[in-house]
Amino acid sequence: MDISIDRLTKSYGYQKAVDDISFKVKTGEILGFLGPNGAGKTTTMKIITGYLDIEEGDVFMNGLSIKNNNMKGKIGYLPEHNPLYLDMPVIDYLAFCAALQKVPADLVEERIKQMVKLCGLDVEKHKKIGELSKGYRQRVGLAQAMIHDPELLILDEPTTGLDPNQIVEIRDLIRQLGKEKTVILSTHILPEVEATCDRILIINRGKIVADGTADTLRKQAQGQQVLQVKIEAPSKDQVFHALHALPSVSSVDFLEGEEAKYEIQSVSEMQSNQAIFKMCCEKGWILTEMVPLETKLEDIFRELTMN
Amino acid sequence: MNPVWIIAKRELHSFFDSLVAYIMLIAFLGFSGFFTWLFGGDIFFVKEASLQVFFGVAFWTLFFFIPAITMRQIAEERKTGTIEMLLTKSITNRQLVLGKWLACFLLVLIALAFTMPYYITVASIGNIDHGATISGYVGLLLMSAVYISVGIFASSLTNNQIVAFLLALLIGIFLHFLFGIIAGNTSGWISEIFNTLSLTTHFESISRGVLDTKDIIYFLSITVLGILLSEYMITKKK
Repeated sequence: MDISIDRLTKSYGYQKAVDDISFKVKTGEILGFLGPNGAGKTTTMKIITGYLDIEEGDVFMNGLSIKNNNMKGKIGYLPEHNPLYLDMPVIDYLAFCAALQKVPADLVEERIKQMVKLCGLDVEKHKKIGELSKGYRQRVGLAQAMIHDPELLILDEPTTGLDPNQIVEIRDLIRQLGKEKTVILSTHILPEVEATCDRILIINRGKIVADGTADTLRKQAQGQQVLQVKIEAPSKDQVFHALHALPSVSSVDFLEGEEAKYEIQSVSEMQSNQAIFKMCCEKGWILTEMVPLETKLEDIFRELTMN
Repeated sequence: MNPVWIIAKRELHSFFDSLVAYIMLIAFLGFSGFFTWLFGGDIFFVKEASLQVFFGVAFWTLFFFIPAITMRQIAEERKTGTIEMLLTKSITNRQLVLGKWLACFLLVLIALAFTMPYYITVASIGNIDHGATISGYVGLLLMSAVYISVGIFASSLTNNQIVAFLLALLIGIFLHFLFGIIAGNTSGWISEIFNTLSLTTHFESISRGVLDTKDIIYFLSITVLGILLSEYMITKKK
């Protein structure tokens, strides 16, 4: 399902929780929603699910506005704190959700079986939800979101409370689902978006501050190539001057506390790798290390959202 | 399956799983049985085969018990956040409220069904007025419909169950006797208005065996009003 969010605005009192946000998500795309606490992620997701009313702007699903079309049956939603009926057994709860989402009665049993298998709930399926650990409750939350085979999955912090093994499993599951469906997920965990999402949307104070794949975001943030090199040569000063003389190099720094290591920034849109290698060959110096420095997603996130 | 019935079914299950239903049934049957058969001006003193005494007792027991079963309906869904899960499914706010209402009404219906032996016993002792008895039961059901609706509305105003319980009782007190008292202490059209608003007046006329459309309209309109207001509050307080 193609989703198009068009100039969405929502305020609580004087504070704008979502401020004129527009973006599009295509079928088969996993969109990671990133942002500090209170940035407006959850509000945006709640509006898309139809739980919160639209104040200004619009949301289109396959070209139809959710204002006058009921799309709830096509959406699977895992809310932030994963509310569940703790007094219900897992199976009964899934049957209840399936019935509410109008899964045909003869398919309910099969769908429940599939979900139990997919979410690894087999051992716990007859227990009451209140008896389950947080990780298993999260799986029940995921299972209820997917029970009716929705075209759009909205997951608000799907991996909170899971142990590292479960996180890997859930990520795999999301990636697998993302092949045919549209998935929008929010998280604080940065490696998670890198691992699961095709596209990242960073929002801060209700506005979109970055949009793209992890790679494009890095390139945008970085601008210039940064290399760390280790060159073994008789004199450090000699190396320093020689590096500086290269046309593609804009600045050279000694790395403190490290023997014979330099940090080199290239002139923007130029690469210095080859030039450095050739120079070392000509002078007979030994190049023992050359590492391109990547800006971490954490840094990009901090840069965009700290103000 | 209709979403209203899906919600009602789950709610009924939860009544019976959480002991609420059993406590409510035992307490209701215990109280009304005690005061009907054993204590004070009980059924044997009336010297006629009639369930009037029971209707008078049930009128009060239901007044207290209904807020106790309605208080959690919306308030708890709010508190635990499950309301968000429900309202993002293919279900409207109205269907949710109707489902909750239906579940409570069915529980009251079950409780009243357990008093059928009273009817059978009295009918076998003497010459019972079947018309008056049936209309007495109809009166109790209509009254329950109103209080369930009021209780669910009170529950939709807050996420605290105790507050919901007290609010439902507070509204109930007005309908149950304050309006009647005001009507008794005033005269002319003011008295007329409060008399019309008083639930007791309408209940008494029905339980005497007079099924008047005026009374039925009274009960149904308050029930519908309560349901519509609950629906509005759910939409408003997300």
